[in-house]
Amino acid sequence: MKKIGVFVCHCGLNIKETVDVVEVARTVKEQNKEVVFAQDYIFMCSDPGQNLIKQTIEENNLDKVVVACCSPTLHETTFREAAKEAGLNEFQLEVANIREQCSWVHTDKQLATKKAIKIINSLIEKVRLNDSLEPVEAPMTKKALVIGGGVAGIQAALDIAEAGYPVVLVEKSPSIGGHMAQLSETFPTLDCSQCILTPKMVSVAKHKNITIHANSEVDMIDGIVGNFKVRIRKKAPYVDPNMCTICNDCAEVCPVWVPNEFEEGLAFRKAIYIPFPQAIPATYTLDIDNCLGLSPIACGKCREVCEANAINYDSYDEIIEEDVGAVVVATGFDLYNMEKMQEYGYGKYPDVIDGLMFERILSATGPTGGQVRRPSDGKVPKSIVFIQCCGSRDPEHHNSHCSRICCMYTAKHAKLYKHNVHDGNAYIFYIDIRSGGKGYEEFIQDSVEKEHIIYIRGKAAKVFQEKDELVVWGVDTLTGKRVEVRADMVVLAMAMVPSQGTLDLAKKLKMSTNEIGFLTEAHPKLRPVETVKAGFFLAGAAQGPKDIPDTVSQGSAAASKALALLSSDRIFHNPETALVVEEYCCGCGICVSVCPYGARVIDPKKKIALVEEVLCESCGSCIAACPTGASQQKNLTDSQLSNMLNAILKGVS
Amino acid sequence: MPFEPKIVCFLCKWCTYAGADLAGTSRLTYQPNSIAIRLMCSSRLDPQHILEAFKKGADGVFIGGCHPGDCHYQNGNYKTLRRITLLKRMLPGLGIEPERVNLIWISASEGGRFAEKMNEFTDTIRRLGPAPRALS
Repeated sequence: MKKIGVFVCHCGLNIKETVDVVEVARTVKEQNKEVVFAQDYIFMCSDPGQNLIKQTIEENNLDKVVVACCSPTLHETTFREAAKEAGLNEFQLEVANIREQCSWVHTDKQLATKKAIKIINSLIEKVRLNDSLEPVEAPMTKKALVIGGGVAGIQAALDIAEAGYPVVLVEKSPSIGGHMAQLSETFPTLDCSQCILTPKMVSVAKHKNITIHANSEVDMIDGIVGNFKVRIRKKAPYVDPNMCTICNDCAEVCPVWVPNEFEEGLAFRKAIYIPFPQAIPATYTLDIDNCLGLSPIACGKCREVCEANAINYDSYDEIIEEDVGAVVVATGFDLYNMEKMQEYGYGKYPDVIDGLMFERILSATGPTGGQVRRPSDGKVPKSIVFIQCCGSRDPEHHNSHCSRICCMYTAKHAKLYKHNVHDGNAYIFYIDIRSGGKGYEEFIQDSVEKEHIIYIRGKAAKVFQEKDELVVWGVDTLTGKRVEVRADMVVLAMAMVPSQGTLDLAKKLKMSTNEIGFLTEAHPKLRPVETVKAGFFLAGAAQGPKDIPDTVSQGSAAASKALALLSSDRIFHNPETALVVEEYCCGCGICVSVCPYGARVIDPKKKIALVEEVLCESCGSCIAACPTGASQQKNLTDSQLSNMLNAILKGVS
Repeated sequence: MPFEPKIVCFLCKWCTYAGADLAGTSRLTYQPNSIAIRLMCSSRLDPQHILEAFKKGADGVFIGGCHPGDCHYQNGNYKTLRRITLLKRMLPGLGIEPERVNLIWISASEGGRFAEKMNEFTDTIRRLGPAPRALS
């Protein structure tokens, strides 16, 4: 006969208030012959509580334990570790959830007590037939994949590479750098964005442990934590980066002009181009969608002039396969589409622009050479209206979230504008100012007091053109009066939303997201860079709106989590996998067809199905599909489920 | 004694079980007629266990899985959907109303939805009365 011990936690008053813990311990012992010990205790998770478990296991020679307490997601590991210390296999301990799913959700003490007894009884039935298991071991691939080459991805890649592990960095666009490369100066210090970013970009390019795949996308990731198989699709590299000397001869002869994405459409580029002078990889890129054709008959001018012979028209998309152990997802953000806010006249009036376009206008390397000039006629604007929260904090029409950085960058925009145009007027429409960050509030105060930027508390209702000017209608909610501001230019602080790349990747890799598509972390407070997919870590604005310091911190945090994984030699895997009872298996192969991981295979000799334990993720779908009952789940067999049902429904029919 | 429904829940540990935990953490309340069995995925649930539950005296079976597209195991919830749809077609032949089996998608962040759906289902079973014991 087995010897089972049951421990019932009071959790202070959290359980005790609604569940009669003494009665529970007494009844459970009475109803189960095998329960040789049952006791309640105020805090099982405390040190004395754990010692009680350890002592009782040793003194009573227990071979099975049930702890009735909070959800197993919280303290299962704690108690299993304690059991292990007392010499019991960790899988001989089960947790009965009588807090989250009993005492906290019910009010009637008598009914809650009855329910708690049944919950514990069902777990006693489960643990009775539990096998002692040892974790499944697998080798660890000591290499990381970083998806996204913005500052978050750059930081993560550098940190992992610095620690001595190889990193594959995949970037969708022709250069790494992300949105940060486009920014003029950064708040609250007003240091030049490119000046602080490009050294990091160069370090990435030069690092012997980092391989950059630009113009590439992740197609698929198979496998499990520690042993992922990655398929990367690299767009045909018509220009060989190793041979290109960046002389610009090709761009000079190229006859095609298209809007420049890096300049947010405010300038033009050729069909063969370098996104910006410091681009990494440092090479020209042939934009095949806009090129006249890869044939000397159609055009072929660039290849003719290329003295380095770096251009090869016979290039094709390439599939690159990599084995990695950990993945950092840093796919970043886009700005919410301005076309969705028709009341502000984007598309109708060329002088209504978004924050990123204004960054380019302010940038010394931008289309206007750092001179603030408006897009329509190149005139220096004498007044600019900035509108905050465009598409943010508006659950009825757009997004409900706060984009976190707009208050700060709008103040920065207004400040830089005033530095540039000394007699200019800057007006900011705001809901309220959120400047929580080191030196941020001081920055805002400075904008108001020293720079005389005019803050109007209220939302702008409408923007329209009158002759040469834009007219902004709004309400000043502090005075309760309608206001009308005439401006030469309007800058919209558009909401930060997950980038298209983030949305696509989440779908491809089945990563969970919130309602607008930001990637979800494993726990909002305690596991902010992990995901529920083991081995996947998050960094940067793909997880939620954040500024540069937070993005960089999260990049480093994701790297340190990935490093903890990469630094172990073996990876341990949950052993509660599928198993096969050989004499029942008829070799029909249904399990093979339902397994999403390729963990079920038919043994060609025995003609029965096997389980590749390292690949099995324990979902159990093959077990439900098995027509003969040969497939079972370790420690959750059909017999165990059946016995658990008995315990739950005892005394009913 | 008035009729009190006996409900067995089979909950996916990644979504609905965590949602049920969240209902507790948020101190929401629902009727104490259900007891949950935690599964790694709703697709672990063999329809025979649902029939077995009815045979052993359950009045309703509540199955919680991840929203379409969110399955931790890629597509387990779709497999569950197919299995339960077929089972529901079979149930009237056994004298059991198909409404007694409820497959529902509840995410880990939907504590409120769990409490609400659990109350709704308990009321449905209360209205239907005890399940016929044709199987026993």
